Amino acid sequence: MSAPTLDRPAAASPDETALRQQFEATIAADHRIEPRDWMPEGYRKTLVRQIAQHAHSEIIGMQPEGDWLLAAPSLRRKAVLLAKVQDEAGHGMYLYSAAETLGADRADLTDKLIERRQKYSSIFNYPTLTYADVGVIGWLVDGAAICNQVPLCRSSYGPYARAMIRICKEESFHQRQGYELLMTMMRGTDAQRAMVQDAVDRWWWPSLMMFGPPDEESPNSAQSMAWGIKRHGNDELRQRFVDMSVPQAQALGVTLPDPDLTLDEAGGHWRFGAIDWSELQRVISGQGPCNAERIARRRAARDDNAWVTEAASAYAAKHAS
Amino acid sequence: MHEETVYDALTNAHDDAGHWAFGTGFDDPLAGVDTTVPDGVDPADLGAYCLMLGDDALVLAQRLTQWITAAPELEEEVAIGNTGLDLLGQARLLLARAGSVGVLGRSRSRATESIPDEDALAYFRDADEFRSTGLVEAENGDFGQTMVRLFVASTVRLAVFARLRDSRDPVLAAIAAKGVHELAYHRDHAARWVLRLGDGTPESHRRAQAGVDAVWPHLADLFTATDVESRLAAGGVAVDPADVRAEVRDVLTTVLERATLRVPEWPADAPPRGRTGEHGPERTGLLEGLQGLAREHPAATW
Amino acid sequence: MSTDLTAEGGHGAVPTGPEVPTAPSPSVSRRDWPLYEVFVRGKRGLNHVHVGSLHAPDDEMAVHAARDLYTRRNEGVSIWVVRAADITASSPDEKDPMFAPSGDKVYRHPTFYDIPENVPHM
Repeated sequence: MSAPTLDRPAAASPDETALRQQFEATIAADHRIEPRDWMPEGYRKTLVRQIAQHAHSEIIGMQPEGDWLLAAPSLRRKAVLLAKVQDEAGHGMYLYSAAETLGADRADLTDKLIERRQKYSSIFNYPTLTYADVGVIGWLVDGAAICNQVPLCRSSYGPYARAMIRICKEESFHQRQGYELLMTMMRGTDAQRAMVQDAVDRWWWPSLMMFGPPDEESPNSAQSMAWGIKRHGNDELRQRFVDMSVPQAQALGVTLPDPDLTLDEAGGHWRFGAIDWSELQRVISGQGPCNAERIARRRAARDDNAWVTEAASAYAAKHAS
Repeated sequence: MHEETVYDALTNAHDDAGHWAFGTGFDDPLAGVDTTVPDGVDPADLGAYCLMLGDDALVLAQRLTQWITAAPELEEEVAIGNTGLDLLGQARLLLARAGSVGVLGRSRSRATESIPDEDALAYFRDADEFRSTGLVEAENGDFGQTMVRLFVASTVRLAVFARLRDSRDPVLAAIAAKGVHELAYHRDHAARWVLRLGDGTPESHRRAQAGVDAVWPHLADLFTATDVESRLAAGGVAVDPADVRAEVRDVLTTVLERATLRVPEWPADAPPRGRTGEHGPERTGLLEGLQGLAREHPAATW
Repeated sequence: MSTDLTAEGGHGAVPTGPEVPTAPSPSVSRRDWPLYEVFVRGKRGLNHVHVGSLHAPDDEMAVHAARDLYTRRNEGVSIWVVRAADITASSPDEKDPMFAPSGDKVYRHPTFYDIPENVPHM
């Protein structure tokens, strides 16, 4: 018996046809693929790319809210925000863990992020201008993330699905703390109410864009759906998010910045206006307000502290018995 | 498991609080604790003492928070977050205690009525009303200096809290009983880093030694009791910081030597500075970052 | 316009096109920390269960990191960490010989035995 490591990928066997059939059968039966199973190279690559950019998004996503950690206006809010930003670091780590079961290496993925060879969600390239942004990120951005993430708890790849279950459970407080903050601010001063409305105006459309382009323009989706990596189309999830958010906005007393928002009584869905994709395109092509800053901070964390990582390795080598 | 069920379960309110995450059993450290000020204890002294301990925790938490998104390795990011949250928790309990015994100073007249005491104290006192020490106020420096400072600060605080478990004030005793577990972990974690950096590479050794040398002078005014501490210590409520000097010195020396670091000469005892409201420019900058937003909106609640 | 976007991963839209500017990549010399697998006992009476992995320079720091990451919501009372490289696992190539022999031993399972409904406590 060889001595392979737990949950690390195995090399492909020559008898690929039988293995491929086994893989297809596992997917068809809605069973989970596990790390040491044979899998098509495309499946592995798609997963590594998807999980890595999800992990990168969690890590970069610490920054917009982290910018308010020092100035959080009450000690309770400071503790909540610190716990939340810390969760995002944890979620990034769970996801990097899942990617590593596919043969990826976290340090290498981090390098790819810093060198901009791998991407992260564009939403985090918008700045957080006021403390209301912390609330709106929790409510809308995390709300949209939950819509995207919950179906991933059933992803065909076991380690990814398990990481997502843990993440979804933990994230449930993220959205609630955001909404609670906004409710408190709406009961506060006129200046606070204005801050909330302004933040909603700025984050609503970017939140809708988080679901990605319309299905007919989403070339990778079909294969991902067939592989059980992705469970729903972008438009379906977006609609689900809008339907959830409209009554929440009403309860909060804010206006969503879309004059075309109307309830389709027959279908029970809220119809919304056209999305300005060129705006998103501008942000993700590197002209977003914060792209350079976000990456620079990760680069500094890596490079300025490399001596720490090295020191711990050197100490371990000296004291290995 | 059908996803709609998962989704509903995640987004709908649920009467089982444990449902929200995997963990359960979150305790209120003050549940069932008698909050009346013990006989013969001056509430003003007690409040002033709570401010000293609370401000140290608040300020150190604020300093540690500066590492969030900048720490070496994600593992350490999470560890620093935990330490910061523990200290923030201690600060809130202590500031709330100070407020409850009436020590609010100028803060109460500045903060709107609906702002809780802990926030009135944290956000609406001026720099000269803070009672934190120079040890926790100093800039972070690099990761090595930050870990040396955390090691020193948690060693001192653990020694104090261990004794405070027997305080005649039941609230202080309860806060200390919870705090010692947290502080023991902080001290352990920081000490492990001091060992690894001191005995790691030549560069890390040099940086760790520089950190020790930078932190050391802040030991000078830590072990001289203020009048408040002396009176409360005599009454069995507080700890005279002079009583922990030997223990602290012992722990610091042991760890630094094991880390192959040079132990600087122990500074001569100096009169308390931070504890009496004296402070350097770091405190002003620190408080501007902490208080700016809250003070922009004095009538707001968050 | 929007075809070089995708919505993979929980946080949604990310660009897929290659045109995103690439900064020069100075190589940083460092020694990466080894990978550890983490097992947590949720509460007394339960087995340790694999919860994920992390990187740490050595065993002690791995336990600390596991505590800080995987038990920050009171999820555990005991932690095991082990270097991923030190785990010996069954190989998928040997899947059949390893696991097929137990597949037909249905007599090891309680449902193999028919017991009349009216027999209690069985």
